[in-house]
Amino acid sequence: MLNLTIDGKKVQAEAGWTLLDTARQHHIEIPTLCYHEAVEPFGACRLCVVELRQGDNSRLVASCVYPAEEGLEVHTMSEKVKNVRRWILEMLLSECPASEAVREMAAEYGVDSTRFEVRNPEEECILCGLCVRACAQVVGANAISTVGRGAQKEIGSPYLIPGEACVACGTCVTVCPTGAMRARFDRVRGVPEVVMAKAGK
Amino acid sequence: MEELEQLRGELQAAVDPDQTMIVVCHGTGCVANGSQDVTQALKNALAEAGEDIKVMPGIKTTGCHGFCSRGPLVIIKPANVFYQQVKPGDVEEIVAQTILKGETVDRLLYKHPQSGDALETTDEIPFYAGQERVVLQNIGQIDPTDLEDALRAGAYAGMAKALTAMQPAEVIESVTKAGLRGRGGAGFPTGVKWGLAAKHGDVEKFVLCNADEGDPGAFMDRSVMEGDPHAVVEGMIIGGYAIGANVGYVYVRAEYPLAIKHLEMALDDARALGLLGENILGSGFNFDIRINRGAGAFVCGEETALMRSVEGKVGEPVPRPPYPSDKGLFGKPSVLNNVETWANVSRILDRGWEWFAGLGTEKSKGTKVFALVGKVNNVGLVEVPMGIKLKEIVMEIGGGVPGSDHFKAVQTGGPSGGCLPWEDAELPVDFDSLIAAGSMMGSGGMIVMDDRDCMVDVAKYFLGFLEEESCGKCFPCRLGVPRLRETLNRFSKGQGTVEDIDDLYSLAEAIKMGSLCALGGTAPNAVLSTLRYFRGEYEAHILEHRCPAGVCKDLITYKIDPDTCTGCRACARACPQEAISGEKKKPHTIDESLCIRCGMCMESCKFGAIQVF
Repeated sequence: MLNLTIDGKKVQAEAGWTLLDTARQHHIEIPTLCYHEAVEPFGACRLCVVELRQGDNSRLVASCVYPAEEGLEVHTMSEKVKNVRRWILEMLLSECPASEAVREMAAEYGVDSTRFEVRNPEEECILCGLCVRACAQVVGANAISTVGRGAQKEIGSPYLIPGEACVACGTCVTVCPTGAMRARFDRVRGVPEVVMAKAGK
Repeated sequence: MEELEQLRGELQAAVDPDQTMIVVCHGTGCVANGSQDVTQALKNALAEAGEDIKVMPGIKTTGCHGFCSRGPLVIIKPANVFYQQVKPGDVEEIVAQTILKGETVDRLLYKHPQSGDALETTDEIPFYAGQERVVLQNIGQIDPTDLEDALRAGAYAGMAKALTAMQPAEVIESVTKAGLRGRGGAGFPTGVKWGLAAKHGDVEKFVLCNADEGDPGAFMDRSVMEGDPHAVVEGMIIGGYAIGANVGYVYVRAEYPLAIKHLEMALDDARALGLLGENILGSGFNFDIRINRGAGAFVCGEETALMRSVEGKVGEPVPRPPYPSDKGLFGKPSVLNNVETWANVSRILDRGWEWFAGLGTEKSKGTKVFALVGKVNNVGLVEVPMGIKLKEIVMEIGGGVPGSDHFKAVQTGGPSGGCLPWEDAELPVDFDSLIAAGSMMGSGGMIVMDDRDCMVDVAKYFLGFLEEESCGKCFPCRLGVPRLRETLNRFSKGQGTVEDIDDLYSLAEAIKMGSLCALGGTAPNAVLSTLRYFRGEYEAHILEHRCPAGVCKDLITYKIDPDTCTGCRACARACPQEAISGEKKKPHTIDESLCIRCGMCMESCKFGAIQVF
């Protein structure tokens, strides 16, 4: 067993646990958006950041991917941690304002409005990639991909060409933390062959 | 090994050092300026002169000599007579005067910018005199497509020494003792990195060369691969031997076709001579190198993203740990160094760590290659000892700023770096001093700016670059960089408040601390360093709605001074908006409602009558 402290509390972790595993095992709350037990952790949303302190040194790491190590001093609610979370949530409010999950989590951190320009008030997708990973790692279909880069990134079928890889299992819709996948499902799946046949195409 | 040295000796003996050799720069800059035509003209002229020449001079085409703003360059050896901006039409005179009579063609010589004296040879030119060429030692001397020429200059001697006379651990120790730090950006000690991978023992491992040079204005690595590809190949073989890897990958951007071509030729030639492949030099060590072309994504210069790209996956960074020295390419222990680092390794093994450790400063050993660009007289590629003052690079080697006795700022470290002001002119250029000053060494881009460059606009430019190049995986970088730029956009329109500056600091901190990889982790530097040194300029935009450098279009107006204007109509013709009116030979005026602030009128005015406010 590994011995570490989280928010001043002495806790133990098994080798191979991440900091998030350890915290949750000891009922210490850490927020996440891109994390799901069913798939490999990804370290993308950065809401799960925690501060590691060693003497005067301090840095933030994503707890969902950082392994528990002997002697770590972990802080889950320090000012640095809260600053990162508050900014991410405020930016998410402007990026995907239609997401109920984002609004609720933002409110918990006292963020109820955004200083930034809202481009699409209907947007729900936070681009956490859970649908992509679930489709690849759980279903094995690889029907969903992130397409494009940076600010242009979106969720779709590879190269945005609807393919036949989708088995219409709905796993992506289930794991989606914001409900955004409902509206994207057809874009991934394309038009089913039965419908095509009926239309005489 | 004896055979290699014997071959080298024979090759060296076959060339008469006193024979006249005409060297033409075929670096990308000179080729763009027409150096291939110059070479062809030289060949024709020499053939024509025919029997008049006693000993036929050789013609050698080489990689970049560095003095790109003066290209095409022609150098006549052994005297090193330096001709600049040579055109095919000048060739006849060069052959008639210099080759036949041994006299110099004065009008093609470089003139000292201050004294105006014509300088005859490379050694006299301040641009070259201030440099210390280690990585670039062979570039401009050898024909990069000719292995024999490279061998004459000492190529593969360091590798031969390592493979036949040293244990892998001794090689790592040498590199560690030399104090070599990674030239790709972060400056991590190379020997330490190798040791971390080597300790995994007898398992499959990889070495990689990061040739995904992507900083705006940077061309150091391209020049090294184009001009001396064997230095990179040799370094990688040494690295492979040291950590116990049998395969190396060069990840090079597809936009560098000449570099790829020269690398491929170097690999083929080295294989043919038994310098690469199985049982190299009879040492029992097998090693080969493959080339991977990148599609030009900046983020693929990040080590974990680069490795994913080589694996054929999406080029996005993955969290560390595990570090690549433990689990890198294909999940195997891997060492990634950049082009310049690998070239340095060759030199260290060849000339000994003691020599290398004697160069540079206490914590930054050796030299650094910089691509010197922007508002500087001598645009080009320079190599200087670590610890040299910023001023010496820009004002002496670089020949200063056109029309000014100082620079406003020097941007180092690429998009991850920062802007250093004239107050830092005495700053020693080494890894730690640059970090302390809020910038970083980076891979060696150095962009000089003058008083006509707006620091808000510069920060906006770099953020725009990173916004396009962010992979979009982690939220702080994907969301934060565009939002930083959104705030700066408002500043450049004269909007915003001083409180917004505090918000910028806070958001920048969140992006730095929260991002997954170094791209996001350093993205706010452009904002932070300009705020640190040029806060007044930010405040001028916000509080006074004024852009002191006269760049931000929403905050400037062009006006014609009626006393200076001669009414020549040049500006009126240049204006794409037809916003300028006035009778011939009488002062003109600009209609502000039509003006789009493109500045073309100002450029067209010969009398300096148009000013920006």
